[in-house]
Amino acid sequence: MNAYDLVVVGGGPAGVAGALTAAQAGLRVALLDSGARLGGQYFRHLPASFHASREGMLHHGLDRFVRQSGTLERLADLRLGHQVWAVTRQEELLAVHAVMTSDGPHGHPVELPVVLRTRALLIATGAHDRPLPFPGWDLPGVLTAGGAQALLKGNLVAAGRRVVVAGTGPFLLPVAAGLARSGTRVAEVLEANGGLGLAGHPWLALSKAGEAAGYAATLLRHRVPYRTRHAVVAAHGERELTHVSVARIDRDWRIRATRTVECDTLAVGYGFVPQIDLATQLGCDTGHDLDGSPIVTVDASQSTSVPGVYAAGEPTGVGGAVLSELEGRIAGLAIAAELGTPPAGEPPAVPGLLLRRRTRLRAFARALQQAYPVQDGWQSWLADDTLVCRCEEVTLGAIREAQRLGATDARSIKLLARPGMGWCQGRMCGHAVACLAGQAPQPPRRPLAQPITLGALERISDDKPN
Amino acid sequence: MADVIVVGAGVVGAACAYYAARAGLDVTVLDRGPVAGGTTGAGEGNILVSDKEPGPELDLAVLSNKLWRELADGVDFEFEAKGGLVVAETPAVLEQLTALAVKQGVEHTLAGDLAAYEPHLAQGLAGGVFYPQDAQVQPMLAAARLIRAAQDRYGHQKVRLRTGVTVTGFLRSGGRVTGVRTSEGDLLAAAVVNAAGTWGGEVARLAGVHLPVLPRRGFILVTEPLRTPLVRHKVYTAAYVTNVASDNEGLETSAVVEGTPSGTVLIGASRERVGFDRTISLPVLQRLAAQAVALFPVLRDVRAIRTYCGFRPYCPDHLPVIGADPRMPGLYHACGHEGAGIGLAPATGHLLAQLLSGQSPSLDLGAFRPDRFPAEAHS
Repeated sequence: MNAYDLVVVGGGPAGVAGALTAAQAGLRVALLDSGARLGGQYFRHLPASFHASREGMLHHGLDRFVRQSGTLERLADLRLGHQVWAVTRQEELLAVHAVMTSDGPHGHPVELPVVLRTRALLIATGAHDRPLPFPGWDLPGVLTAGGAQALLKGNLVAAGRRVVVAGTGPFLLPVAAGLARSGTRVAEVLEANGGLGLAGHPWLALSKAGEAAGYAATLLRHRVPYRTRHAVVAAHGERELTHVSVARIDRDWRIRATRTVECDTLAVGYGFVPQIDLATQLGCDTGHDLDGSPIVTVDASQSTSVPGVYAAGEPTGVGGAVLSELEGRIAGLAIAAELGTPPAGEPPAVPGLLLRRRTRLRAFARALQQAYPVQDGWQSWLADDTLVCRCEEVTLGAIREAQRLGATDARSIKLLARPGMGWCQGRMCGHAVACLAGQAPQPPRRPLAQPITLGALERISDDKPN
Repeated sequence: MADVIVVGAGVVGAACAYYAARAGLDVTVLDRGPVAGGTTGAGEGNILVSDKEPGPELDLAVLSNKLWRELADGVDFEFEAKGGLVVAETPAVLEQLTALAVKQGVEHTLAGDLAAYEPHLAQGLAGGVFYPQDAQVQPMLAAARLIRAAQDRYGHQKVRLRTGVTVTGFLRSGGRVTGVRTSEGDLLAAAVVNAAGTWGGEVARLAGVHLPVLPRRGFILVTEPLRTPLVRHKVYTAAYVTNVASDNEGLETSAVVEGTPSGTVLIGASRERVGFDRTISLPVLQRLAAQAVALFPVLRDVRAIRTYCGFRPYCPDHLPVIGADPRMPGLYHACGHEGAGIGLAPATGHLLAQLLSGQSPSLDLGAFRPDRFPAEAHS
């Protein structure tokens, strides 16, 4: 079968907008996502068994997204449940390699390789949570903020009975508000940075006043205290979480005073790490976000340094769902213009209005990152026996020992002490290990962007383009 | 001023430093990167006698095997005396394997009942040969801890590790090497050891001598950690032995499968000459997976979570370069070990330390002479 014009990886706001825009312009488009439904992390859908009417309460802009998804289903080839593990160049085309699970003989699930060939690729793979290590963060009951919200959105089950929400950044607010609304007792919301507080929150100062006010009102109504310059610096419990140490911290996040708060769930998030594995596989140029995270460098049309490869949404810099959708749209228009043959005298492919809006939203995203940095003081919360890498159970002490042995960067620390060698391949601890190494996080080198069974890998040669 | 400067903090450089310090010499190890950041950090940690043709390299491997066992007593680098199992698909190949084992003259057992060695091996294999001396280390730890052990045993003043220092040239006086020029200034020494591995040819060029060391790329697949070990020994097919010594320019692969103390299974081995190109090669990964599954069908449902490639330093005759360079007094080489650098490191360091301290080496180094290559060779 012929190649696609465009393959989009990621079914969140950026991917759906990009795919839809390109498909509406007449391109032959496929969209792959690992989830069972569209939505990504932001519009994580409820299982079909729940009444859709309840979803609107949880998701801002969900109605619009659902409409877009419905249209996309008619115009493009939707491949859900597909995990993309590699993209390679094949002559003039790009080959997108994925695996999907299907029922094999005897009902035994079998992972099958799938390859899609395409003229253009849009990387819309979003971002994942960025936790910071602290004593006890491996206890059952400690979740990432994104994880807590995923539980809430995905299953409508409150993540725990008595929750503390801690970390930094505006994302803590919807998590806390969502938990409070669902009937969970939110003991406290702890923002490690200071400054503005709820009243002067950047969301109020900018265009999302209504949304932020809604969260603030929810927290107020449920009498949830929101404290700035506070952090959870240790989690305690025998088998599972029973209480946390809450510290008042200074501007550099050094501990001033601590007290104990009882809770059975802790949702903790210190921002997000863009997922750019596919871009680095292809050799796309990368840069650093304001917070040091590696991001894909794109031009005005969302095009990366590699011809035919575009990126939109968080991989180009964390900026939230609205900016992601806009970037997806711009990418879709630019790809359609690049691949199509517009007649002379046509207006520019991407209207200036969209570009100006993107400029404003990016400035807003930068302002948020500036208001919620991660300060180095978190390193002083750790003891020698604190786990830094949970997959491989690597302690701070082991990392310091590797450094004393001559490991001078994050990669050699990993080779000597194994942080980042396990199941998550450093997605959880990579940022922390780089900070401990005194280094800006380096672009990921993950030739396998997702785990793949050897049985599927063995069959990639006989997978037919389809 | 040091007695010896070792260029390269990989496993070979570390072993050179260890044995030189043990011989009473004052050593400084330089590396442009961190410790073990080059080929040492991109291999499997093999200590093999089974894959060597009889001759000088096997002699080196046997000596090295003995030295690794000595070092492992007191230094922790996850030494595993697991043994190697070479399997043959057909009776004809088994006959060749058996004949090779006899010629090698190293300890081995004919493995008639393969399942007794490896319960998960595929059915229908003709048989194999088991080599109890084959072993494995965690190579990065081995390099780092050998340097540390040298410091602890012979003095931190006697053994210095300087990472992030790039050698940019050589200092010479009266036709002798007297030190190196580095990114951090000039360093004087009575002797300089080139232990730069795959980059040994470049270091030699800085000293004005020709050394044809070139990169041979190899990929390794790493599985998810398994709760119960599926693979007990290092297991490989007979094809590995022929590939190791092969001159083929193109891609060669053979199944090499082994478990590690962390629970992962390492799957190799591929060899290609593509320069320093790190681009992922899916056909290579496909072949590695297919060969591993053919050998251990139980691996079909196990996930690969990682893959990495390294650049093995090879010379045209596939032998390492070990010894004093007669073309440049004061310069010594310890590089070009291809895929066997981990295994051969202690013997290399031991023999070189004997040379450096004026003793005659306990093994004849003739086959490894630095000036054995044609002057204008470009292979």
